[in-house]
Amino acid sequence: MKVDWSTFGPRLLESTGQTLTMVLVTLVVSSLFGLILGLLLFVTRKGNILENRIIFMILNLFINIIRPIPFIIFLVTISPVTRFVIGTTIGTWAAVFPMAIVASFVIARVVENNLVSIDPGIIEAAKAMGANWFQIVFGVLVLEALGPLILGLTFITVALIDFSAMAGTVGGGGLGHLAMTYGYQRFDSSVMLVTIVILIILVQIAQFLGNRISRKFLRR
Amino acid sequence: MIKFESVGKTFGPKNKPIRAVEDVSLAVEKGEIYGVIGYSGAGKSTLLRLVNLLERPTEGRILVNDRDVTEISSKELRHLRRRIGMIFQTFNLFNSRTVFGNVAYPLKLGGYPKHQLKQRVEELLRFVGLEDKADQYPEQLSGGQKQRVGIARALATSPDILICDEATSALDPETTNEILKLLKKVNEEYNITILLITHEMHVIRSICDRVAVMEQGRVIEEGNVFDLFANPQKQTTQNFIGSVQNDKLSPKLLEKLKRDHKGRLFRIIYKDGIASEPILSRATKKYDVDFNIIYGSINELQGKLFGSLIVEFTAENGKINEVINELGESVEFREVIDHES
Repeated sequence: MKVDWSTFGPRLLESTGQTLTMVLVTLVVSSLFGLILGLLLFVTRKGNILENRIIFMILNLFINIIRPIPFIIFLVTISPVTRFVIGTTIGTWAAVFPMAIVASFVIARVVENNLVSIDPGIIEAAKAMGANWFQIVFGVLVLEALGPLILGLTFITVALIDFSAMAGTVGGGGLGHLAMTYGYQRFDSSVMLVTIVILIILVQIAQFLGNRISRKFLRR
Repeated sequence: MIKFESVGKTFGPKNKPIRAVEDVSLAVEKGEIYGVIGYSGAGKSTLLRLVNLLERPTEGRILVNDRDVTEISSKELRHLRRRIGMIFQTFNLFNSRTVFGNVAYPLKLGGYPKHQLKQRVEELLRFVGLEDKADQYPEQLSGGQKQRVGIARALATSPDILICDEATSALDPETTNEILKLLKKVNEEYNITILLITHEMHVIRSICDRVAVMEQGRVIEEGNVFDLFANPQKQTTQNFIGSVQNDKLSPKLLEKLKRDHKGRLFRIIYKDGIASEPILSRATKKYDVDFNIIYGSINELQGKLFGSLIVEFTAENGKINEVINELGESVEFREVIDHES
């Protein structure tokens, strides 16, 4: 069975758009939550500016529970919640919800790791200048970690492209869905090939942009 | 200005306490440069951090400008910290900000008027000699330049006190001297009181007025730098002085000297400007004794001469004893028997 490219072309374009929407919306939402969670995780750490064992333990536990679950299983497991929040379990927005949850926790860990690697002397210097914790977190820590943070976000963007393809297989739309229905189920390897090439191109663009932007902020 | 009253700091759990600072009482006067010297682990770094409450004392009181820092609110503490500049061994500059941004940061924290900010930062950079580096990032600077930025940043809010945590320990000797000169200039031009800690006696000798020697969390000796050099009481103090004074002979050299020189060897310790008078030549001439300076050094210390020489006297014993008697009245004098003397 040969694919009719004149009708398939627009589908391909539409699917690419869906994938991009899923990835970008998830990235924006999860960056926001991830940054907040990561900062919270860092400042509540033992010996840190807002040390709080209980908050730290709960957050840490959550991250460690969610991260090891294979995404495709998480996607299915959480579908009742997705239905409750989004109203449906099918389509682009239904895919964004579980992706954003997982990505938020992953980003939280990335943020925390990058903040931990900041020289504590720099925090001490800011303290000695009379900075309060808010000024230290947003005026010093985030700025100091920005370069590696952007690299971390790039890494996650690439992972999200991967996730979005998986979300596609359970009705999320996008390139993954296209590859499954047109390529895999109809045994059309040319469709598979085209979607794979597009995914590779997307990953390359993401990595290129990430490297470019982070270089502007990497200062050590 | 800064007063420690029976201050102690204990880290760690109650059943396994680490006593970093124990029963320290010191007073740093306004306008002076006060040095605390000690080996690593002596507690000096903790002591310094008690001043701006980066560490909280577990015993005693610390008065800064007659106020007990342990009793003020956190808001007052942030204000106090703007009155106390701090510089660090590893500089601790913000890598993501330019030189200008680093120096401007404390000003922004303090709500400094925006239109004067640029002028103030430029003035500070001129003071430390980095006016042409404003747009560079710390990674582009040498160690000495980084510390200059650190100093400019610490001075930005016009503090009364500057505390220095091993400020020259990561620098080479030449750069160390440049930074020490700059600190002296800070002290003289802005009349800023400086409290510094170091493990280098060279730093104490170069710029400090008074000094405390710390060991195992305690101050074991304290006083005017000249007096301490002239009359060290404790072994640790003597070791520190020996590290810059260069007045102890190695056993090997002493053995060789004793073999090659037939006369008797004496150590003469000059203090209090006596070094400017020709006492040695006067006394030896009087009793017709030959002298030969073999080893030693005379240095300037707080504007006075201070030194220690090993001198060989050649003559019959009776004459030498006369010389010893005469010199003994004005300088410290002892026969060199082994390499410790």
